[in-house]
Amino acid sequence: MSVLVYTESEGGKFKKAAFEVASYAKEVANMLGTTVTAVSINGGASSELGAYGVDKVLEVSDDKLSGFSAKAYADVVKQAAEKEGAKVVVVSSTADSKFLAPLLSVNLNAGYASNVVGLPESTSPFTVKRTAFTNKAFNITEMSTDVKVIGLSNNAFGLKENSGAASAEAFSPSLSDADFGVSVTAVDKATDKVSIADADIVVSGGRGLKGPENWGLIEDLANVLGAATACSKPVSDMGWRPHSEHVGQTGKPVASNLYIAIGVSGAIQHLAGINASKVKVVINNDPEAPFFKAADYGIVGDAFDVVPKLIEKLKEFKANNA
Amino acid sequence: MKILVCISHVPDTTSKINFTDGDTKFDTNGVQFVINPNDEFGLTRAMWFKEKQGASVDVVNVGGPETEPTLRKALAIGADNAIRVNTEATDGFYVAKQLAKVIQDGGYDLVIGGRESIDYNGGMVPGMVAALTGANFVNTCIGLEIDGNTATATREIDGGKETSTTTLPLVVGGQKGLVEESDLRIPNMRGIMMARKKPLTVVDPVDVAQETKAVQFQKPAPKGDVKLVSPDNVQELIDLLHNEAKAI
Repeated sequence: MSVLVYTESEGGKFKKAAFEVASYAKEVANMLGTTVTAVSINGGASSELGAYGVDKVLEVSDDKLSGFSAKAYADVVKQAAEKEGAKVVVVSSTADSKFLAPLLSVNLNAGYASNVVGLPESTSPFTVKRTAFTNKAFNITEMSTDVKVIGLSNNAFGLKENSGAASAEAFSPSLSDADFGVSVTAVDKATDKVSIADADIVVSGGRGLKGPENWGLIEDLANVLGAATACSKPVSDMGWRPHSEHVGQTGKPVASNLYIAIGVSGAIQHLAGINASKVKVVINNDPEAPFFKAADYGIVGDAFDVVPKLIEKLKEFKANNA
Repeated sequence: MKILVCISHVPDTTSKINFTDGDTKFDTNGVQFVINPNDEFGLTRAMWFKEKQGASVDVVNVGGPETEPTLRKALAIGADNAIRVNTEATDGFYVAKQLAKVIQDGGYDLVIGGRESIDYNGGMVPGMVAALTGANFVNTCIGLEIDGNTATATREIDGGKETSTTTLPLVVGGQKGLVEESDLRIPNMRGIMMARKKPLTVVDPVDVAQETKAVQFQKPAPKGDVKLVSPDNVQELIDLLHNEAKAI
């Protein structure tokens, strides 16, 4: 009956999203009067999950699962859910979790609600609040299936520490060749950079930067803040930056704690994509830029003048607050 | 190779979003509908397979008669046949079941959907279709090559990309990157004229129990005014972000 949570890891370490979904699952379990079981595939130490409220960890250790395979991972989570008799399964909104969740929900005959932004509004009927229309609205979704899969939006719930200890149990699901129909041949990932999905802070540049040669400004600011870098759609369309950095309605969604937009005018599609970020800052020399209506803090000024000053002051701030 | 492109009929990206009937229904009044952008990248890639590799391309939508102009647009861009499953698209699983039936009846080798629709953002239909039909599946697909029965697909991952090989039948959840924005096609007059004569088949839905239901919509709370800081006093911004917003 426990709530099952899939706690993702990479290179043997849990992702931040894993602790967030664990924190969330704990609160859902409290609402339902039950416990939390995590399923971890080649993951970190179970005690780390206990600190976020997980009671039991099913530890899967299998070389065949060393790289992410959506179908195989979905099969593992399905078998874990069945073993635990879980009625609620919680996953995150990372690219991998969004890849496996629809496969998982069909395999479990479960309804699936993605982009959920908070605890269930009620458990009978089971309703959740999720974003729709690319953050221009929310919808309250009622889930009528016996088993439910909930995809929690990144950074929507935050981390909640808990004093519990998790027990660990080895778990060996049975996998078939059909689970490995897609074989990864190459991964191209910058390991020294924070990804937009994982980032607490995102620094984004628009056409106001005037050209790709000026991107050092965005990168320097991001480095001081430990932030990920992003860009607006025109910037990616013109090839100044790779498409993977494009945020907005047809690009990546951003749900960071702090979003700093530099030289981005704030087209409706861009704002929709970043609206889930908690605090928004805009630096733009055009006081009429629509972004000022969406932002919490703004500076009307030339990026080439303001940003270097900001970097310098932030370095001082970081040195004093280290 | 038989390709099916799944087309969602969605409000244009610039649309103002409003609700009616006690905030239970999307207000379509004055809203311009378009092919879901993520689907359009897939449709354009399908056109490339048609022109370079002799594939046939059908398009499908699950929806009422009001979605037909969107399907006609897909025909004008170059799809060969359109299919409309005549029912209201109530949730992702319901749509996936309808599409699975169309795919089984039509014997498609490659099914291209969008990573998500820009209205409900469920992001679940392609994956569910793959699971229901037993096909291989690649999500957030930004590159796709087909050689005989083998597919090489690149997907966007958090912080990079990943390339994999797989076999047909295959379902992909596509997005920008499958083709670039500049590759998208605006239907020309000849395409529009031809689209009028191309077959648009209306089929009845299969019975499916609805799993989830959007019972109510809400708009985000209105935002307060922006706090402006002088460009000569960036320290103030840092103080605000630290003390007030607690963001750094």
